[in-house]
Amino acid sequence: MSSISGPIDGLKKELDSAYDHNPHDHHHAGDHHDEGPKVTLGFWIYLMSDCILFASVFAGYAVLKDGTAGGPNGRELFDLPYVAVETALLLISSLTYGLAMISMEANKLKGTIGWLVLTALCGLGFMGMEIHEFAKLIAEGNGPNRSAFLSGFFTLVGTHGLHVTSGLIWMGAMFVHLFKRGLTPQNRIRLMCLSLFWHFLDIIWIGVFTIVYLMGAA
Amino acid sequence: MHPAKIYPENLLTGKLGIDSVPWHEPIIMVAGAGMVGGAILVLGLITYFKQWKYLWTEWLTSVDHKKIGAMYIILALIMLLRGFADALMMRTQQALASGGGHGYLPPEHFDQIFTAHGVIMIFFMAMPFVVGLMNIVMPLQIGARDVAFPYLNSMSFWLTAAGAILVNVSLVVGEFAHTGWLAYPPLSELSYSPGVGVDYYLWALQISGLGTLLSGVNLVTTIFKMRAPGMTLMRMPIFTWTTLAANILIIAAFPILTVTLAMLGLDRYFGMHFFTNEAGGNPMMYVNLIWAWGHPEVYILVLPAFGIFSEVVPTFSGKRLFGYDGMVYATMCICLLSFVVWLHHFFTMGAGANVNAFFGITTMIISIPTGVKIFNWLFTMFRGRVRFEVPMLWTTGFIITFVIGGMTGVLMAVPGADFVLHNSVFLIAHFHNVIIGGVVFACIAGLNYWFPKAFGFRLHAGLGKVSFWCWLVGFYIAFMPLYALGLMGMTRRLDYMNNPVWHVYLIVAMVGALIIFAGIIAQVAQIAYSIWKRDELRDVTGDPWDARTLEWATSSPPPFYNFAVVPEIGNHDAFWDAKQRGQGHPRPKTYEPIHMPRNTPTGLLIGLVSVGLGFGLVWHIWWMAGGALLVMIGLGIVHTFNEDRDYYVQPEEVKAIEDAYFARLQAANKKDAA
Repeated sequence: MSSISGPIDGLKKELDSAYDHNPHDHHHAGDHHDEGPKVTLGFWIYLMSDCILFASVFAGYAVLKDGTAGGPNGRELFDLPYVAVETALLLISSLTYGLAMISMEANKLKGTIGWLVLTALCGLGFMGMEIHEFAKLIAEGNGPNRSAFLSGFFTLVGTHGLHVTSGLIWMGAMFVHLFKRGLTPQNRIRLMCLSLFWHFLDIIWIGVFTIVYLMGAA
Repeated sequence: MHPAKIYPENLLTGKLGIDSVPWHEPIIMVAGAGMVGGAILVLGLITYFKQWKYLWTEWLTSVDHKKIGAMYIILALIMLLRGFADALMMRTQQALASGGGHGYLPPEHFDQIFTAHGVIMIFFMAMPFVVGLMNIVMPLQIGARDVAFPYLNSMSFWLTAAGAILVNVSLVVGEFAHTGWLAYPPLSELSYSPGVGVDYYLWALQISGLGTLLSGVNLVTTIFKMRAPGMTLMRMPIFTWTTLAANILIIAAFPILTVTLAMLGLDRYFGMHFFTNEAGGNPMMYVNLIWAWGHPEVYILVLPAFGIFSEVVPTFSGKRLFGYDGMVYATMCICLLSFVVWLHHFFTMGAGANVNAFFGITTMIISIPTGVKIFNWLFTMFRGRVRFEVPMLWTTGFIITFVIGGMTGVLMAVPGADFVLHNSVFLIAHFHNVIIGGVVFACIAGLNYWFPKAFGFRLHAGLGKVSFWCWLVGFYIAFMPLYALGLMGMTRRLDYMNNPVWHVYLIVAMVGALIIFAGIIAQVAQIAYSIWKRDELRDVTGDPWDARTLEWATSSPPPFYNFAVVPEIGNHDAFWDAKQRGQGHPRPKTYEPIHMPRNTPTGLLIGLVSVGLGFGLVWHIWWMAGGALLVMIGLGIVHTFNEDRDYYVQPEEVKAIEDAYFARLQAANKKDAA
């Protein structure tokens, strides 16, 4: 029996410690200790609203996809191998963020920061590639004002890019927080929320990659 | 007469120049002077009475949900006056311009007035009123000490206020949109609306919409995480239930509005083609998207209204609410259905018979849970001892008015009928029938009902009754003629009419609007008079109406921590049950330290700077917009480094406050006994 419940207990403990750094503190100060679950739930609800935001942009793109107005369509514009590298960077960054969280659970500050740096580098690489793709399209005269299809494309991919950029700014602030105070309960909650945000953007990108690039280039 | 001038762009002031202010328009100048004069007067009075410090520490930087709620309602009342001034101007213009004359408003001004009227009444009157009541009441009803994220709450309010400020600035600097309150393209595109009006519209709504969305996240988290022990979901008061439903709708619907307005903005600012006529754009996509937000928005407003009535009816009938479970299921049912009816706003789009039939039927289905609610209120009153206090008067007025409005709605849900009535003043009569009869009546009922809780004294009943009767009679006289005019074929938003038959109906409608005006004056007088006579109207016990839910279990106004000891809940009429057991006001022997958030100016500052962001974007003053955005992000990040955000109220302080309250209670009981 214990061999089965062992890992489950371990998982529970991990979740507990992510939410609540100080589980022995329960008797003290009524409402202080549930800050963690409150923040993560609130953030999760915000993410769901963000999900609807993306759903609306996706819907807009789907409606306008064929409105090329005599201009180029996805098959003529998209460079799949290039986007595949972009996608790989973002997926790897999700992995490295996961490793940062494992380091955090193990109370290893250096490991956490190290993995976060890698995450940020992958994120920066992704953004660099996206900006380069955008600049190239605009330089070729296929900017967002060329056709409704391109308006939808730039807006959808750009909305995701803006989110990644916000995530990078947030990560920047997190480095300062971590250097200043280390893995405090506050910072653990923040890392947890940023983690949710980062993985969420990954999931959105899977949608973008499939619906915009794969289906567009097919 | 020509609209305000727009200058060629320069780096320093963008499109803004000295002639951007319409100096030659006397009506705008008088209104603007009144607004600026009023603001200077208020600021001067605050300075004269040396109240800046009090205002700053107790209100502007406050994160107390009760004070933020009160500020929302003050904003709503001010904007009610502004929006109603627009309404009076429209009514007088139509009355004058249907009798042979042309009225006094040039078309481009009239167009701005009906746009501003709609935008202000929905976004800056009804929304803040409802959100304000939710803020004040909901945490008290669930036994919480504040909302889940108090600082975020303050920021939400100030972002909403920033949107309202932008709309009011547009009155004097530049112009407002000429497009109608939902700014349909292609009219709202740059080619047909080259001025700054639509840009004011876009940024006012984007900024305040962000505030609304954050507030939705905040209140839902509060309800899920901060209920008193024992308060299961099915023991929550109905107003809390409807608050939950409305905020879930906010979270699900407001992102759609954000995206829709952003797309229109991208069209206008970057020459994109989401909704243009050319280059593959699709204007009808805008109409679909905006109503995918817009119909849930109707329920974001009216569900809390239903919640208010569900509190008022049991209290003033002296009975438990009839069909509590049914009320909850009806609320959540409406919540879901509100997302599958949006197309009934444009049956004439030409989506085909099957699509129209689907949306016609879903629309009619919504009337079933709404009907359930009406019968629940009626059965609660049935054989109760109904006390016709002011909130109850508004409630009875609502039930009758709303049923009429609901029936005209079901009528228009028939696509065939809608082809005749679409965009006629019949529609105008219908939605004013449900929004005034539902939302406005509820807000004023709620104001009268919870005012003593928030401020410690009741509103004067006599003036409240005058206000009610003026509103009720005025409403019918103002809007019943519009039903008739709609059936005669009069369309909405006309600034000139050459059909002499309509003239008399429009005169009657104008008289109705004037009677409503008398009601609003009575309302303002009621508040002013009650503040003056507050000692006579004092609510000593904290329970002036012999009510049933938890917010009445604490003093009026509640101490900043709401409850010294959070009670155990066994029932949805928790306070009533406790009173029946003789334990309405149990006196604890000892007090624990109470954990409370500290005030912060960050929310206020971010809100104020966002006015600069909006203004810079409207006028293409890029340094201002960019700078403001950087400052906002910076303020937000700097705030995260302040980790001294909360503190403990010590038991001695709690004891002193509670002892004083119990002394007042005892004195009041003695007086009652004598």
